[in-house]
Amino acid sequence: MKTAPFKTKVLTANRLSDGISVWLGAHGEWVVSIKDAFLARHEDAVTAIETAGKQALADNRVVDVNVIDVEETSAGPRPFRLRERIRAEGPSIDYAPVATARVSQAA
Amino acid sequence: MYRYDEFDHGFVAQRVSQFRDQVARRLTGEISEDAFKPLRLMNGVYLQLHAYMLRVAIPYGTLNSRQMRKLAHIARTYDRGYGHFTTRQNIQYNWPALSDMPAILEELAEVEMHAIQTSGNCIRNVTADHFAGAAADEVADPRPYAEILRQWSSVHPEFSFLPRKFKIAVTASERDRAAIQVHDIGLQLKKDGEGGLGFAVWIAGGQGRTPILAKKIKDFLPEEDLLSYTTAIMRVYNLHGRRDNKYKARIKILVHETGVEQLTSEIDAEWAHLKDGELKLPAADIAAINAYFAPRELDARAEGWKELAAWKKSDPGFATWVGRNVAPHRHPDYGMVTISLKPIGGIPGDASADQMDAVAKLALEFGHDEIRVTHEQNLVLPHVALADLEPLYRALLAEGLATANAGLITDIIACPGLDYCALANARSIPVAQEISNRFGDPARQAEIGDLKIKISGCINACGHHHVGHIGILGVEKKGAELYQISLGGSGDENASIGQITGPGFEPDQVTDAIETIVETYLSQRTDADETFIACYRRIGADPFKAALYGSESQAA
Repeated sequence: MKTAPFKTKVLTANRLSDGISVWLGAHGEWVVSIKDAFLARHEDAVTAIETAGKQALADNRVVDVNVIDVEETSAGPRPFRLRERIRAEGPSIDYAPVATARVSQAA
Repeated sequence: MYRYDEFDHGFVAQRVSQFRDQVARRLTGEISEDAFKPLRLMNGVYLQLHAYMLRVAIPYGTLNSRQMRKLAHIARTYDRGYGHFTTRQNIQYNWPALSDMPAILEELAEVEMHAIQTSGNCIRNVTADHFAGAAADEVADPRPYAEILRQWSSVHPEFSFLPRKFKIAVTASERDRAAIQVHDIGLQLKKDGEGGLGFAVWIAGGQGRTPILAKKIKDFLPEEDLLSYTTAIMRVYNLHGRRDNKYKARIKILVHETGVEQLTSEIDAEWAHLKDGELKLPAADIAAINAYFAPRELDARAEGWKELAAWKKSDPGFATWVGRNVAPHRHPDYGMVTISLKPIGGIPGDASADQMDAVAKLALEFGHDEIRVTHEQNLVLPHVALADLEPLYRALLAEGLATANAGLITDIIACPGLDYCALANARSIPVAQEISNRFGDPARQAEIGDLKIKISGCINACGHHHVGHIGILGVEKKGAELYQISLGGSGDENASIGQITGPGFEPDQVTDAIETIVETYLSQRTDADETFIACYRRIGADPFKAALYGSESQAA
């Protein structure tokens, strides 16, 4: 039977203290940019990040820990799911209040 | 409005103190996430995509300027300078840190606010007509009864672990501005033949994945029976509501599966035990709560009539704003002002801290210190003299708050969607923004007239899409966003659930589809007085489907 081609994976979570989205970095630290995430390119690496995630959850550093599929691009890892892309890039809208005022003045 | 007594102050302070301790123990690891999650939810703290979210209760959508200033302060100090007003008349903050939550709740308690029961399987914030206490068409102010329900339902031991969340809405007019037919309990305050106050009681309405309109189970429930009868409903629901499947746990499913006659007879049987017991509301208690909501003493300001006419003549922008955003008050010299939080191309319901401060200041200066949050995600100053409308308008204009679109196609309800929400499957806000930009021209909006578009980013329907004249539901299909459009929904006294038009639309096709629907309406309406919803009800879905999908869709 043909198996599906392996997809690169990263480990993501939200930081316990402030809920900010984080990704597991190459040195076991939690980073705030997916660009700095450790890329698990084979099954052993996936097992390793899963273990690290369980440990970080148990250590009360992060919550909502998930392994997600990413595509490796020249701009860095890009999640396949839109939900994860929005987590990585922030809201897709210009949500800063200054922008809201500017838009409405123009109307 | 209601003022906390010593008990209220003590109770909220105790809850803040409890939660401060729980957060501290969570941050040091003494409590696991599994144990902490229900505790944080009981205090309105969710975890969303990018951060925690705090939902603050605004009881029946009423607040004063001091409270609004506090909401602005919290947005500025603990968040990123803004907040989001919701379809349940609450406010949500999108970026607060867990470690700051106790401080935020302590600040809220200073102005008699909290976040209790804004989540969880309990009785949520009781909502009400946003024009309550000011509308010319109400029989009495419905808010005292919402306040009685709030006090009774706050940490009610029997109803804190219901099968699912429970929402109550109260109105006091024939014209329903509180969407009571899509609530678990909808109450319409009315008078009987002798002038006594009581309620028409509707139960088991709701949106979500199974939209169902409420059934009226009582034509007139005397006001003193409000709590005994509500308790009877809650008991029957608490006993029989399904706990095996969260999607079938709301009272609407119970009524749907059991039948309204049987449920009503069980409620009446339960009520027979309660009716003349301690839950019967003493007239003195009703009067005491009513005293907090005593109608404002409004001075005669008849000079406003003449001034208003002159201002309207000299400034068409002002005239348009008055025409759309100012509704008649019970006092002829006053108006009820809707402050639109739907700037063209903006984010529905969002307000910056500066805007909140500005509204607080204007409420104090021109609005007798009262502000309302509407379920349509706007703000209201319910008591403004016509003589003060012009300076109020100028001040709102300077803050980007004078968009003259109340009830028009750009006055769109949208949930936070996939830009923030962990439950969402698709984005809502960018869809709303694109439609708003497309139809932003004031002349075009005026030509189209009353039209409610409501957008949800998932089946939970926080954006009320089922009762939108045009409803839009975002779903995920094969990893991409897709939007289903429904037509003919309505959340007022002639409530109806919208019907899906057909296959969904990709994100870049949605606004074109809306335009097709609008053009179809414009070409089919009898005249400009026939609104979109009236036209839809007359001609049905077929002309719209044909325009959207081609005539072959008719055969399908």
